[in-house]
Amino acid sequence: MEQGEFFGLLGPNGAGKTTLINVIAGLARADSGSARVMGADVAKDYRRARRMLGVVPQELVFDPFFTVRETLRLQSGYFGIRGNDAWIDEVLEHLDLASKADVNMRALSGGMKRRVLVAQALVHKPPLIVLDEPTAGVDVELRQGLWQFVRRLNRDGHTIVLTTHYLEEAETHCNRIAMLKAGRIVALDSTRNLLDSLSGLELRLRLDREALPQPFPGRLVSQDGARFHLRLQDYRDLEAALARLREAGASILEMELEPHDLEDVFLHLTGRTS
Amino acid sequence: MTGFRTLLYKELLRFWKVAVQTVAAPVLTAVLYLVVFAYALGGRVRVYDSIPYTDFLVPGLVMMSVLQNAFANSSSSLVQSKLTGNIVFVLLAPISYAEFFAAYVLASTVRGLVVGMGVLAATFGFVDLGLHAPFWALAFAVLGAGLLGALGVLAGILSEKIDQMAAFQNFVIMPLTFLSGVFYSIHALPEFWLRLSHANPFFYMIDGFRYGFFGVSDAAPALSLAVVSASLIAVSFACLALLKSGYKLRH
Repeated sequence: MEQGEFFGLLGPNGAGKTTLINVIAGLARADSGSARVMGADVAKDYRRARRMLGVVPQELVFDPFFTVRETLRLQSGYFGIRGNDAWIDEVLEHLDLASKADVNMRALSGGMKRRVLVAQALVHKPPLIVLDEPTAGVDVELRQGLWQFVRRLNRDGHTIVLTTHYLEEAETHCNRIAMLKAGRIVALDSTRNLLDSLSGLELRLRLDREALPQPFPGRLVSQDGARFHLRLQDYRDLEAALARLREAGASILEMELEPHDLEDVFLHLTGRTS
Repeated sequence: MTGFRTLLYKELLRFWKVAVQTVAAPVLTAVLYLVVFAYALGGRVRVYDSIPYTDFLVPGLVMMSVLQNAFANSSSSLVQSKLTGNIVFVLLAPISYAEFFAAYVLASTVRGLVVGMGVLAATFGFVDLGLHAPFWALAFAVLGAGLLGALGVLAGILSEKIDQMAAFQNFVIMPLTFLSGVFYSIHALPEFWLRLSHANPFFYMIDGFRYGFFGVSDAAPALSLAVVSASLIAVSFACLALLKSGYKLRH
């Protein structure tokens, strides 16, 4: 991962995303190999590595003994920072938690607890922020607020690593994506290149007849009466297809065109598609 | 050092926020023991010629409370943090395993001593205790609390569930404290049990602590101090080795 990136880590359950994050965070020991956070080895130079890393864990964990502010002050202290209230207030403000500062963690909803976890990961202003499924259980409105804040952190120079099940989140936010399967990287490229890697368009047609003029561009995937599902190479194929239909005097009753999204790339690379 | 100090402060705050349960309740329990045993046995039992039974009982009860609460503090804090998952906040922080160990043990020691002082204060009206050698008493209280705090860390690391920790408490800590001479002097025991008691490190803590009050004991106080110190060092090394390896904390 490069400095300043918004990096996505995708893969099916059990692919090893959280294990990889745990190794980087020092929560798990690697059986072999090594990991470094901005040059600091996570095992040998763990203090430096951990200071540069903020992790938002996947599970909704909290300490029921403390309020939001106490939680954040303690977390600051663990990282050797005292008198951190100005920054804590700023983070609370951005995460829409300012009114909850003196509320006990137990009394917060799931979405609020999730945002406190984000705040905890940020108390020491780490240059690298790892978000492990950060939007699970957070409602749509708050999700937008969270993304705005994370994008701002990214613009301010923080490197963001994101794992998520919502592929459209990765597609929207990440510049570069690694796809994992069974502990191995099956793809590592910019989001744009990954999307371009699956060439072709899916075309669905309903015609006024049950046969396509022959020859017809593209490949027929399935047919159900007058409904056709075709796979085309590119937009030139589409142009040719429409021309053939016009020549044959066929009318189009319905038409749907789907470009590929990250989900297709994902399914293709993780081998879950035909 | 700020990381260590914060963790220590957090551990102190944790028990202090629920002081009714963690301080007041064990003080009340100890006073109930005192009332029941003193009235039931006070007139009939005399352990040392010069010391009434009730007087004899009080330092034992104080020390028992110190030990049990020191153990309860670190063990329950660790097991709860593991179960709820919030241990991750400490594990993610740049805190060394030695700092981690020291913070938990020190907080447990403080809780043990606070409860012990509470018991001593509560029994103030019942008995008229002298303090023959206050530094001996203090040394045994601090080292004993430290040892049990360290045992609590050990139990906390090893236990994955509340019932495993409870088993450790009920089948190891409780028998060792009850059979250590809190309620009786081991010199009144038959030969076999007398020898067995000498293998129990808890006996030396109670006996040494009592020496601080009365100037009499079943074992030489210097020997007791050596046994308690050696036990503390041994348990600490075991804990530090486990923490360094990440056993059951870092997978």
